[in-house]
Amino acid sequence: MEHALDITLTVNGTQVSRRVAPRVHLVDFLREELGLTGSHIGCEHGVCGACTIRVNGAIVRGCLMLAVQANGCSVDTIEGLSDSGELKDLQKAFHEKNALQCGFCTPGMLMAAQDLVLKNRKPTREEIREHISGNYCRCTGYQAIVDAIEEVIQTKVTYGKG
Amino acid sequence: MKAPSFAYWKPRSLPEALELLARPGAKILAGGQSLIPSLNMRLSSPELLVDITGLPGLSKIEFRKETARIGALTTHAQIETSPEIAKQVPLLAAAARHVAHPAIRNRGTLGGSLALADPAAEYPACAVALQASIVVASRKGERRVKADDFFRGLFETDLKPGEILVAVEFPTGGRSAFFELARRQGDYAIVGLAAHDSRFVFFGVGGTPVLVNTRKSLDETKAAVKKELDPPADLYHSSATKLHLAGVLLERAWNTLSTSR
Repeated sequence: MEHALDITLTVNGTQVSRRVAPRVHLVDFLREELGLTGSHIGCEHGVCGACTIRVNGAIVRGCLMLAVQANGCSVDTIEGLSDSGELKDLQKAFHEKNALQCGFCTPGMLMAAQDLVLKNRKPTREEIREHISGNYCRCTGYQAIVDAIEEVIQTKVTYGKG
Repeated sequence: MKAPSFAYWKPRSLPEALELLARPGAKILAGGQSLIPSLNMRLSSPELLVDITGLPGLSKIEFRKETARIGALTTHAQIETSPEIAKQVPLLAAAARHVAHPAIRNRGTLGGSLALADPAAEYPACAVALQASIVVASRKGERRVKADDFFRGLFETDLKPGEILVAVEFPTGGRSAFFELARRQGDYAIVGLAAHDSRFVFFGVGGTPVLVNTRKSLDETKAAVKKELDPPADLYHSSATKLHLAGVLLERAWNTLSTSR
């Protein structure tokens, strides 16, 4: 019954075409077909957020989307956002505030955090927590992560960069 | 885990989609935020997924006289951020931010949530509270089902095989309040309440949303809630706890509704 389909999508600004089986998740496609292993696979049913990526500008779960559904889409992964410098401030703040220990959740956490930064609001700590509520971290207890995100957003608002 | 094998088709028109759905083992894929986890956990093994996200006209939000018609493919994120929905159907806008987490709200859809009818989901209760009409298409044409008659049981709706939920019509106006208790923002509700005018609709307390009509006073309504609700216990909360929490939410909604009068 299963038949492979040809898909073309833009990943981190580069157009790629592949033939994929419908059952392949987008995050598996990125990791195994394209070698972009920065997006992590934790729970594979949408609970942990480690596979968070951006599709057409909106963050999504890479394990809750099929690669065939991304046909024609523009996909950004942690590699793309890191290389372009988009995450520079968040990465620095995460480092300085000790907002990671094992680092498994960090790519997904940064994608979710950047989504909030881009909204260009001044969220409360409670709202920051709400925004990253779909991303599990089993090391830090979240306090330092919220500190890091809060600092980046405050700096942006103070200097009017955002 | 990984999903089992299936075929995938993305039709470009409603007639084509309905044709594909008539095939054995066919299942609708919309936002996929509940279906794909169930595939990953091998709880579901369809032979064919019919991806309806390419169908034209199913993500439209239209406001007519006293009605908001919201297309089935409208995402939770769109509902959450639409200023028009916030103004015309505030109950729905208030509910949307309780649906899972931002990354899931960007893909999950209104139609998907109603068609799945998860007992802990927000929209079914809103639809019942607002007395919405659910618009369903099949090869025979279109029909409308009142939300009161749509939710039949646990994950069970009035949808027949081969039908597609295409839109929901919500009456606009009125006073509403939405409250939900969860262990973590975005988790499944322990108990939730969608209230609109004289209708208090609880979710997470049984197989379907449970309607309790208002009584003369808060105390009488509270007594009615105690009598009419029989919530099953979950892993963390006994039936008695849930019933108590339902009363707490009723009181909050009652106060909100009476102060916004």
